[in-house]
Amino acid sequence: MMGWQLIRAWAIAVYVFMFLPVGVVVLLSFNDSQFGSFPMTGLSLRWFAELWSNEAILRAFRTSVALGLLTALISTTLGVLAALALVRYRVPGANAISTLLIAPILVPEVVLAVALLLFLDFLGLHKSFALLLLGHVIFTLPFVVLVVQARLVSIRRDVEEAAMSLGASPAQAFFQVTLPLMRPAVLAGGLFAFTVSFDDVTGTLFWKPGGVETVPTQIFAMLRNSISPEINALGTAMIVMTVGLPLLGAAIARRLAMKDGG
Amino acid sequence: MSSVLLKNIVKRFGDFTAVHKTTLDIPDGAFVTLLGPSGCGKTTTLRMIAGLLDPTEGDIVIGGRRVNDIPIHKRNLGVVFQNYALFPHKSVAENVAFGLRYRDVPKADIPRRVQAALELVQLPDLGARRPRELSGGQQQRVALARAIVIEPDVLLLDEPLSALDANLREDMRVELKRIQERIGVTTVFVTHDQSEALAMSDRIVVMSAGRVEQVGAPEQVYNAPASEFVANFLGASNIVPCMCTRRGPEGATLEAPALGAIAVPAARAPKLREGPAKLVLRAEKLQLLPEGAPCDGRITAPAVVETVDYQGQTVRYFVRIGERQFQAINLIEERPFAVGARVVAAFRPQDCAGLPGT
Ligand SMILES: Nc1ncnc2c1ncn2[C@@H]1O[C@H](COP(=O)(O)OP(=O)(O)OP(=O)(O)O)[C@@H](O)[C@H]1O
Ligand SMILES: [Mg+2]
Repeated sequence: MMGWQLIRAWAIAVYVFMFLPVGVVVLLSFNDSQFGSFPMTGLSLRWFAELWSNEAILRAFRTSVALGLLTALISTTLGVLAALALVRYRVPGANAISTLLIAPILVPEVVLAVALLLFLDFLGLHKSFALLLLGHVIFTLPFVVLVVQARLVSIRRDVEEAAMSLGASPAQAFFQVTLPLMRPAVLAGGLFAFTVSFDDVTGTLFWKPGGVETVPTQIFAMLRNSISPEINALGTAMIVMTVGLPLLGAAIARRLAMKDGG
Repeated sequence: MSSVLLKNIVKRFGDFTAVHKTTLDIPDGAFVTLLGPSGCGKTTTLRMIAGLLDPTEGDIVIGGRRVNDIPIHKRNLGVVFQNYALFPHKSVAENVAFGLRYRDVPKADIPRRVQAALELVQLPDLGARRPRELSGGQQQRVALARAIVIEPDVLLLDEPLSALDANLREDMRVELKRIQERIGVTTVFVTHDQSEALAMSDRIVVMSAGRVEQVGAPEQVYNAPASEFVANFLGASNIVPCMCTRRGPEGATLEAPALGAIAVPAARAPKLREGPAKLVLRAEKLQLLPEGAPCDGRITAPAVVETVDYQGQTVRYFVRIGERQFQAINLIEERPFAVGARVVAAFRPQDCAGLPGT
């Protein structure tokens, strides 16, 4: 019994250690003081207001959102197609392709980042927004493929066959039956892709062209000069985006799934 | 409505032949059952008719038109799958309406036809439900309504009743037959349940290991099995090696050890010649009587009860007659015989069938 209590205490300590700093950042983002540290001198939204008028941060934010949305769009489209090919059609070497698609989340991100850069150099291309986008697509794709594949396996082939026997062409059967049944997984995959892209630092640092900053790299750059309370506010905004969005998405997906009964 | 013709159909998966060369003619409006044990190629045959599998060889002709190259969605068939395959994200009414949207049915007519189909399967009030809110039997009916609302040329059913419990299965059997007769659609029904096949079909196709063993009306397949396999698959039979000593136009005489001479009618021994043969005696036709009971012209032999398998309304005995063990399934009149009882086994020669062979 003693042992269990120790384990429980240890688990609590780990959670505190993990989440306390996050809590502190959120708390301090509402601090009135000049300095991004304790003691709190009063509650205020001034740092959020300041954030709102900081041109560099707004630009980074727009870049991040655009990058995240494009990544999600491309990754989801490719991921759905890949999952379909792997699950529904007997492609030769399906196992190898599957491993290859999943590999980017197994390989350390730095290695992937450098490899892509070297490859680009080999091709004689320069860093660009397109490259950054390509990088993000490569390492968000596995999430989409995994989620959609798992769902697709559970969609029985005979509902598609039933649709076709009733007169739907294969394409109509896909859009009328398969896609609606996959929808929760497709949404989840897209959200995953967006948040992973929105959060990413390592790959982005390697791939971004000069002068382009995303929110995480902007924070990184700002930290080098000083620890401004603005960063706390930005951190809070990031948390809302990357934690809130998936929660919202999951809730929507659950609602849809409930409605569909699938 | 259309006839279906399979001409020299073969289906191979790699080196494995799932369906050997088969020719089958299914007349317009008939209810034909493919009957056979698991793995004998029933589903494979049905899926070839549906267009879900391409035959390796041979032609499929529906309503006089060769359909080998016509994809499933252009064949106008109603298919009911074993697990119903209802669309879980659509309501019952939307499920039933699905096929109508791909046909030239005026939009305004769709609700009326959906309702008519739901009434036919006796679910007029459940249109708004989702499939998962229905019982198994109700889902089964919706699947049937969805398949017949499009007025298919042929209705294909793959073990549609196998997921239902025993009582419901018998109700649905009657119901399905009623609906089929009402709309008169050519129907191909797949089952491994012999009583289902006997009760519903105009014609039964008995299959075994990818081959057709016999095609015939239920009484024909039951009374005059064309092979030992058929005799055993449709109920329990005693197969006794014997000699055919005389073959004439009115029948054949079989001499079996311990049973004596048995005159089998010609209809039940179509392929029999003089020489070694087999006597088929159904377990239900072999009656056990107390010693000394009158046996009004039946063939009798003394027997000893070895095993009693009590089944409520009936009882299944294993008895020894001479050197062989026989099975007898009898209705229980008072109380079953006990193990070791000396009885008289009796049967009528016209209930027997004869098969050629050793
Ligand atoms: N896609 C396939 N690839 C290889 N073999 C197959 C394939 N589909 C079916 N078979 C084989 O063909 C044979 C016939 O299968 P089929 O599904 O037609 O049997 P069935 O008569 O419907 O049996 P059941 O009553 O179990 O449904 C089986 O031995 C099966 O293993
Ligand atoms: Mg089958």
